[in-house]
Amino acid sequence: MTSDWNRDLGIKFTVQDPCQLVRKSLGDEIANDLRFVVKSVVGPENFVEMYPCKSNNYCCGGGGGALQAGFPEARRAYGLRKRDQILATGATYCIAPCHNCHSQIHDLADHFGHNWHTVHLWTLICLSLGMLGENERAYLGGDLKGLGLLLAT
Amino acid sequence: MNPESSSTLSTDITAPTFRRRAHDLLPRDGNYTMCLSCGLCSSGCPASGLADMDPRKFVRMAALGLDAELLQTPWVWMCTLCKRCQHVCPMNIDIPSLIYHARTCWPREQRPKGVVASCDQSLRTKTGSAMGASPEDFKFVVDDVLEEVHAVQKGFELLRAPMNKPETFFFLNQNSREPMTEPDEMVPLWKILDHVGADWTYGSLGWAAENYCMFAADEAAWERIVREKVKAVEDLGAKVWLNTE
Repeated sequence: MTSDWNRDLGIKFTVQDPCQLVRKSLGDEIANDLRFVVKSVVGPENFVEMYPCKSNNYCCGGGGGALQAGFPEARRAYGLRKRDQILATGATYCIAPCHNCHSQIHDLADHFGHNWHTVHLWTLICLSLGMLGENERAYLGGDLKGLGLLLAT
Repeated sequence: MNPESSSTLSTDITAPTFRRRAHDLLPRDGNYTMCLSCGLCSSGCPASGLADMDPRKFVRMAALGLDAELLQTPWVWMCTLCKRCQHVCPMNIDIPSLIYHARTCWPREQRPKGVVASCDQSLRTKTGSAMGASPEDFKFVVDDVLEEVHAVQKGFELLRAPMNKPETFFFLNQNSREPMTEPDEMVPLWKILDHVGADWTYGSLGWAAENYCMFAADEAAWERIVREKVKAVEDLGAKVWLNTE
């Protein structure tokens, strides 16, 4: 994997530590592994931490069934703390390596009108390996839609 | 708290149940008089203040035996069971388990419809899919997407997405959202596994990563779903169950 693609672009990324993966399962060790992968993919200088993070991270507000529990206003009020954390990083991309987190964080940007993009980790790994297809870029912003795209024609 | 609405939740739980459960959840030699009321749990909880509730209040009410009130508050469904309150608690009190316990006390028909419906849906098929995707649906979508990749993506004419391959190292599960609503999102995962030479397979049974029965606090259904998924992995003889969630 390489982060060369982002050396000149300098696009900033932050990462959400999923509660289930980190605090509730494998702890700071897996959070550090996650950072190793993210920094390898986007470049260490383009990674911005949220604080607090790792085992002490705030839940995004989408877990525990909240996305389907029928209290959308409460769910989004809960998510404001995550919203503020993401905004404080100044990053234009938030990597969410969990389905609940991805849905919730994507919804927070959409609902409250913020500009960050919410992406799966697999998208960026493939982007950095130069093998991300055209139809696999739904969550990327305009700045990355065409990057490294091999056209079949 | 509105005492008049206590009749909206019929329950056979007797008054001291929560207090007993709360004491069971204390660490060894712990007791509630050792709670500092420090509020670390509440100050670090994004759900604090929703429905006029917070973790400290919940624990104190349980310790005081205010069961009727605790069984009414919809806050137990706003809490995400993220365990941060316990993580920062000097007493290491398992507050999330107490909240989960409150969920189990709700009559099933009064629990949030979306969560319960997803649980029910996942019980109707051998895939465990909360979106009701059948084994045939999954096989069709995977084949369809793979065919298109083979046809249009140069260099990926030989990309694999094995289905029901016996004796692999990894059994990969998949959130229903991918095959059902954004199937192209499965492809990057296949490419990464292929790139590193992973020995993996999907299973047409038990592949769905989600388990809404856990969220619904339906313990029997939760267990049934997990056992069916485990059986699917074991029947194929895979060594590692790889969870994408």
